[in-house]
Amino acid sequence: MDTLNALAHGFSIALTFENLGLALIGCFLGTIIGALPGLGPSNGVAILIPLAFTLGLPATPALILLTSVYYGAMYGGRISSILLNIPGDEPAMMTTLDGYPDGQARDRPAKRWRLSGIASFVGAFFATWGLVFLAPQLVKVALLFGPAEYFALFALAFATLGGIASRNQAKAALAAGLGLGIAMIGVDGQTGVPRFSFGEVHLYDGIDFLVAIVGLFALSEVFIFLEHRGTEKATGDAKG
Amino acid sequence: MSDRILGGVGLLLAAFFIWQATLIKESFISDPVGPKTFPIIIGLLVGLSSLAILLKPDSEPEWPDFSRFFEIGLTVAVMIAYAYALPVAGFVVSTAVAAGYLSWRLGTPPAKAAFAGIAISVGIYAVFHLILGLSLARGPWGF
Repeated sequence: MDTLNALAHGFSIALTFENLGLALIGCFLGTIIGALPGLGPSNGVAILIPLAFTLGLPATPALILLTSVYYGAMYGGRISSILLNIPGDEPAMMTTLDGYPDGQARDRPAKRWRLSGIASFVGAFFATWGLVFLAPQLVKVALLFGPAEYFALFALAFATLGGIASRNQAKAALAAGLGLGIAMIGVDGQTGVPRFSFGEVHLYDGIDFLVAIVGLFALSEVFIFLEHRGTEKATGDAKG
Repeated sequence: MSDRILGGVGLLLAAFFIWQATLIKESFISDPVGPKTFPIIIGLLVGLSSLAILLKPDSEPEWPDFSRFFEIGLTVAVMIAYAYALPVAGFVVSTAVAAGYLSWRLGTPPAKAAFAGIAISVGIYAVFHLILGLSLARGPWGF
């Protein structure tokens, strides 16, 4: 078993006191960065690259540190999702939908964090084992994915959107259309033609998804709070 | 009535979107679909759903009274002013003012809000500019 030998070698390097300590520091910093709305895993890694240089780390510990930052930030995004109803980064978007109302109504947020932490751990654990053993087989399936399969996948995604959305399907469709419209801004990836840039060079690379969700979620949460301040709904009500 | 206005605005937006989509220049790369088709489909989707909202509106939502609207409008104005002030006054000063104003309006007593604004902006400046070396907007005083 080549894979297992390689894995055992990897563990022998990773399981030193120093490397585990770096992983802990990385996860801690990553969680803090992930919890800040607008800073996601990739920004977190980019921001903390200088840290790896200032500590003067060799290549392997530096990679361990940055991977842990990535993992920490992936988890940290849900802290603000559950506590504030503002997604910390893109993957935590869906956590706002059910993590926030439950966190307010039934349990204290800390219980929600613990629950999502355990769920993340189990998911990541099985995904990593799956990656170890199934990666060669998965590649074969992934290579079969052509335009038709992607189309089917996106059709499924939009159908799901209609299923989880509000009572009024027309409003869900309008919101989805507006989102797609925002995504249209910028240079078209297929033909290289700028779309909806109105001659403005800054719009050529489009409007980042992160910018859009922070603008829509964080600002609307602030506005709802301002609207209800001083009343009994002041903590912000998801149905508001 | 609110939903009918929303539907009307959505229809205008869809019309503007489709009009702008027809103005997209064709590329020299020949592509059977082209860069215009998908935006037009999206424009039709927005238009159709706006029409549905216009014709079959939900019950009237609860609107906040005028003072709350004024409050929200003022907050939006402060955020827009912040974006314009950044290149002129620099990161530290404009962030301190904007963050201080927001925490005051979100319910902190004025003195504490002023302190929070200064602490937030100096804190971000120290962590992201001095320690991590990211470039933030520089004002006339060098920070």
